[in-house]
Amino acid sequence: MTARDFELACPPPFRHRTVQLAHGGGGRLSRELVEQIFIPAFGGAALSARHDSAVVEVPRGRIALTTDGYVVRPLFFPGGDIGKLAVCGTINDLAMTGAAPRWLAVAFVLEEGLPMEDLHRVVASMRDAARASGMEIVTGDTKVVDRGKGDGMFITTTGVGVVPEGITIEPRAVRPGDVVFVSGDLGRHGIAVLSTREGLTITGALESDCAPLDGLVAALLSAGVVPHCLRDPTRGGLASALNEIALDAGVDIDIDERAVPVNETVAGACELFGLDPLYVACEGRLVAFVPEEHAAAAIEVMRAHPAAPEPARIGTVRDNAAPGRAGRVTLRSRLGMNRWLDIPAGEQLPRIC
Amino acid sequence: MRYVDEYRDADVCRRYASAITARATRAWRIMEVCGGQTHSIVRFGIDALLPPGLELLHGPGCPVCVTPLEMLDRALAIAAKPGVIFCSFGDMLRVPGTRSDLFCAKSEGADVRIVYSPLDALEIARQNPGRQVVFFGVGFETTAPANAMAVREARRRGLCNFSMLVSHVLVPPALSAILSAPDGRVDAFLAAGHVCTVMGLDEYRPIAARHHTPIVVTGFEPADLLQGIHMCVVQLEEGRAEVENQYARSARPEGNREAMHVVAEVFRVVPRKWRGIGEIPASGLGLRPEYAQHDAEALFDVGTISTEEPSVCISGRVLQGIEKPSACPAFGTRCTPETPLGATMVSSEGACAAYYRYRRAGS
Repeated sequence: MTARDFELACPPPFRHRTVQLAHGGGGRLSRELVEQIFIPAFGGAALSARHDSAVVEVPRGRIALTTDGYVVRPLFFPGGDIGKLAVCGTINDLAMTGAAPRWLAVAFVLEEGLPMEDLHRVVASMRDAARASGMEIVTGDTKVVDRGKGDGMFITTTGVGVVPEGITIEPRAVRPGDVVFVSGDLGRHGIAVLSTREGLTITGALESDCAPLDGLVAALLSAGVVPHCLRDPTRGGLASALNEIALDAGVDIDIDERAVPVNETVAGACELFGLDPLYVACEGRLVAFVPEEHAAAAIEVMRAHPAAPEPARIGTVRDNAAPGRAGRVTLRSRLGMNRWLDIPAGEQLPRIC
Repeated sequence: MRYVDEYRDADVCRRYASAITARATRAWRIMEVCGGQTHSIVRFGIDALLPPGLELLHGPGCPVCVTPLEMLDRALAIAAKPGVIFCSFGDMLRVPGTRSDLFCAKSEGADVRIVYSPLDALEIARQNPGRQVVFFGVGFETTAPANAMAVREARRRGLCNFSMLVSHVLVPPALSAILSAPDGRVDAFLAAGHVCTVMGLDEYRPIAARHHTPIVVTGFEPADLLQGIHMCVVQLEEGRAEVENQYARSARPEGNREAMHVVAEVFRVVPRKWRGIGEIPASGLGLRPEYAQHDAEALFDVGTISTEEPSVCISGRVLQGIEKPSACPAFGTRCTPETPLGATMVSSEGACAAYYRYRRAGS
């Protein structure tokens, strides 16, 4: 045994103020991490069974399955942290199919030296977010990488949800004549994270919109509103979400720039950074493609729901103007001119001047 | 949002557009100098509001676009040196040099960092005394004061490990060059409001007089641009050629003396090559000899740099307003923002990139 091994094993883990390599080594410290941090937070029968896989009871019908990796710097930002982001992001991906989120598997990649306190905080907010949506964290994994080889913490999730009978919400269901809604103002998450990272203080009390959307989707469905498609505009923002749907559904989409809600602080920060809010990420907003006959009910449900703070009708779907070519999104500018709202080449980059 | 919404008001814009249509009796060609103005024009569709004979030409005022290939290759060579932390504004990272760009260099192991201010790079230098921190000092007169201040601060604080790769360019010599070109087509200029906020209006008066060309210092919002165009048309119709100021809410005739002072203290005027156009005498800024210890070009030996531009690219003619992006056979096919062949496709403010983003063929 080397001096280093000895140090890692003793003193016991609750005295470790930082994550050690051995916490991911599969030995005693790994087990203690599970026993002392993960099981107390995530609880649940499946996790407590301590088996290689979680075993759960499934209802009849169809399940929705999604997986996602989360990397964000800083780990903690106004309105959330990487844990809340991971759980809400997974819930929202499930909710976009109409599924009720049920089970979550979580894999952590921790960087050696991560303060144990930070891990505690992240795990606690994952617990809270999962609980609020009735989702159970049933299984997980932890690996630790050398200091300098990770950004504090990476989280990968796999979520399982149950799709209500008779519900099919998907891009190819979108039809010409569908009305396009957003559930709230755009770009808060991207700007909140960017301004925290860059130490921009003028954004004041701006918080990420990071929030679960399953309640809002359930409210729409129970009011008899069945959207043809739902999409949460995360990376690439509204513009990318709309373009994905236009391409996958083979339709054209017309958007009215004046109808798109953008918070004044977000708009100001975008002006300063040289960014377009239509391309900035949200983590608690959805875009809904709703048949015209359900449009009035949809906006009514959204107006009454706390997860839709500023619902707006922003556009309509129409037939592909040139059949055979890819679907396209057109933005009617404030001045009444039409222009193409394209997918960006990569990430938006702050401009020189 | 105050100070923005007023200048994007549809009624105000339409009123200016009608006034322009009523005033213009013949075809005029007006060049907006700055890439930010080009971006705004194409983004809001301002040119579509203008009468048919009135043509907007897109000028050379995109610092990312006109940074010469040699300088990009030099930046890549410096960034690849062991121990160097290379700092740059974000939009320079995607600009291709002869063989690579800074994003690729980063993925291959170079320590390339995006910063929002040269002072951030200075802070990185303070925190990393054992490393050489190089800032890519690019831009027009707008970014020169902050860059000058960073160099002056580095000297004052004795931060010997901070240097700047300077590729600053100046607007007035470029306007003169465009007006002197044999195939020049410009009847009037919308000068860049923010450049004049720093430098004032005086440099433009001899140019307007010598070439009998109106120059209107103009802002960046739709109403700014339309008012600036209106002021140009009125001058042209009346046969005047003066310097006027549409952007008076920010640009004062005398400029910002403090900013001009720090620029003059740290930089001197040098000849500079413009990507796509070629060398223009006295059109750039370089560090004064007394700041040589912070001059990355002098500090880092990168050997001989030989560059090669794709022959099909017409970006030089686009930058001078001689051709429109859509006239290029490679536009939108071989040349896209993902695989740019030349200067004007690389930055979001380049005319080709703006056309590609907002109105590709068939849209």
